[in-house]
Amino acid sequence: MNIKLVNKALKSPEIELVEKVSSETIAKCYQCGNCTGGCPVSYAMDLPPTRMIRALQLGRFDEAASAESMWICVGCLQCYSRCPQGVSAANIFEALRQLSLRSGRDKKEIKDIPIEFLKKAPQQAIVCGFRKFVG
Amino acid sequence: MKIPYYPGCTLNTVAKAFDVSARESALALGFEMQELPQWNCCGAAFPLTPDNIMGLTAPAKVLTEARALGDSVVTLCSVCYNVLKRTNKVLKDDKEKRGVVNGFMERDYDGSLSVVHYLEVLRDKVGFDNVKKSVKRPLKGIKAGAYYGCMLLRPFEDMGIDRHEGPTIIEDLLSALGCAPVDFPNKIECCGAHLSMSRTDVVEKLSTSVMQSAVRNGAEVIVTSCPLCQYNLEMSQTKAIETVAGYKQIPVVYFTQLLGLALGQTEDIAGFNSNKWDARPLLRERGV
Repeated sequence: MNIKLVNKALKSPEIELVEKVSSETIAKCYQCGNCTGGCPVSYAMDLPPTRMIRALQLGRFDEAASAESMWICVGCLQCYSRCPQGVSAANIFEALRQLSLRSGRDKKEIKDIPIEFLKKAPQQAIVCGFRKFVG
Repeated sequence: MKIPYYPGCTLNTVAKAFDVSARESALALGFEMQELPQWNCCGAAFPLTPDNIMGLTAPAKVLTEARALGDSVVTLCSVCYNVLKRTNKVLKDDKEKRGVVNGFMERDYDGSLSVVHYLEVLRDKVGFDNVKKSVKRPLKGIKAGAYYGCMLLRPFEDMGIDRHEGPTIIEDLLSALGCAPVDFPNKIECCGAHLSMSRTDVVEKLSTSVMQSAVRNGAEVIVTSCPLCQYNLEMSQTKAIETVAGYKQIPVVYFTQLLGLALGQTEDIAGFNSNKWDARPLLRERGV
């Protein structure tokens, strides 16, 4: 696969916005893969943490923003606790989620949530789920 | 000794056993948990994007209420502890954000509160030695697996309750109660958390891994401090019984339930009638 590295794409407004919202410096990641290795849900992601950050490093915002991964990240911070560079992939996933939610695209609608779950689940699961999936 | 106490929404409802057993245990150990007269949900997730100041207002309001009662606040739920402690740090260290949040709340909170977990009160104020001396009903070597999950420990520099890769605070308490703590590799791995709302398949896989890791290392009961972990670990076992050859469920209880029992509470007050997988047969078997 040919990848054209164009300065304009590498420093696109979208990538700068991800850095601003997450307070993370994407260039700090040197792709060791510790985040993906420690991530308990990377197996279920189409773009695991290391690859998600690589896509952003290469200016491929759309690839990172359209992946399902950000909705699977639980924010357990295992990625951050094991990153030798102090990068939090969880914060970058959260930024991608927030950018989607803030533009009005909710991931979940209340009617989609099973009634059995709403009856039995701890309140914190419901509140946290809404915080993550609804803008 | 009275300590301002923030229960949080889940302890007021489905995790009542956690709340009641902790309050009763506190009285037996010589301190009283003074529930905040006014409180609201903490938001159940610390905002991971620092520009999300609105996410700080709910926990900030709780902190302000607590500060009116004293210089510390105690919580039981790992998520409440995480959200309150991290928010408090932001309000203490970041003058600009503190100004915005205070302006929004029309209060003047300075971040001077100390947010502590109940486990820290037992370790640092009461002392596990004194807990041990107060035990009326030793737990006779029950093999208990301490499950920490994520929110009690991470991020380490903010939480600092114990070592982030090899914590022992729950095991140290369990030893004082007469249990035989069981170490297992997955004790700080995630249970799947709020994905129980969207991806039950992921929660079942993660929680089953935790349970199998504990059971393989000899655990007869799992001990936790998070109602969401407790729910996920309990629910996932229904699936594990169906899909994992030879899997047999074990009870998942709050650490305060075992504490309460050891301090002499009845099984009902300690909430053993509310667990999905009943721990009482195990207690009978051991003569507790």
